[in-house]
Amino acid sequence: MQRFTSALFLLGLGVLIAAIFRNMDLAASTPIVGDAINAAAAQQVGAANFVTSVVLGYRGFDTLMELTILFTAATAGGLVLGKPRGDARPDPEAGLVLRAGADLFFPLLLVVGLYIILHGHLTPGGGFQGGVILAVAFFLPLLARPGTPMSHRAVSLIEGLAGASFIVIGLLAMPEGQAFLTPLLDKGQLGSLLSAGSLPLLYIAVGLKVGSELAGLLAQLAATEASD
Amino acid sequence: MDWLTLIIVVVMLASAVAVLLLKDFLAALAAFSVVSLGLSVLFVIVRAPDVAMTEAAIGAGLGSLLFALALRRLGLWRARDRG
Repeated sequence: MQRFTSALFLLGLGVLIAAIFRNMDLAASTPIVGDAINAAAAQQVGAANFVTSVVLGYRGFDTLMELTILFTAATAGGLVLGKPRGDARPDPEAGLVLRAGADLFFPLLLVVGLYIILHGHLTPGGGFQGGVILAVAFFLPLLARPGTPMSHRAVSLIEGLAGASFIVIGLLAMPEGQAFLTPLLDKGQLGSLLSAGSLPLLYIAVGLKVGSELAGLLAQLAATEASD
Repeated sequence: MDWLTLIIVVVMLASAVAVLLLKDFLAALAAFSVVSLGLSVLFVIVRAPDVAMTEAAIGAGLGSLLFALALRRLGLWRARDRG
């Protein structure tokens, strides 16, 4: 029976792949969308980094779904991990190199992360990359000195507010008869810090949400006891 | 195809094989993050800096950190007491 199902599965997979190759015209698939966006993005969205104009402007709804997926994954991870026992042995404090390195790198990572988030519409990077860097910055002190308290309430509050503000900025476009997540505000001068309308605000929300979510997950993972 | 790309691809392949062969979990994890770093350099070479930053931050940085913490949780690696 098992062999029969395996053979059936293989047959189905083969038919699917054959059908895809039969109907897919590889020679004709020129990237029209990319050219169209390259031509129109500077006028329509006003972000110097065209990747950002795609991520938040043309495909803003996809980004919202990505945030949802990340949130679901982090929640599921937190559920599985659970809480440590009260009598669990705490980890020893890290060595001199890691402690000094953590003190040195914390402000540096903070500045780099915030810079990447705030300049997401001008230079490569944005909310996701900067958020991860922020999360690591806030996890470093925990790595150097295990047992440092971390306010999970504050982390959840920042995460919730950031996620809600992303949706609220998206909803603000709707009373004027435009689609959900249509970029608002003045587009400004292309390439200046205050440009691209509401895109930088969206990226700040994304960065804070990703950063607080991942920092909370890392802190929880580090707080669980090690199995023997 | 220039030399830099070739070197990076060879290093990535060697580290990927090392991940499979290494007995020490933490060493395998280090080799895994080398694959991610090489990939992020490749992304820079093909002029995709946004993707390169994501790969470096998530693949090499956060991913390795998560794996290391998971190894600790599973009891396959633990922080040693010094003195």
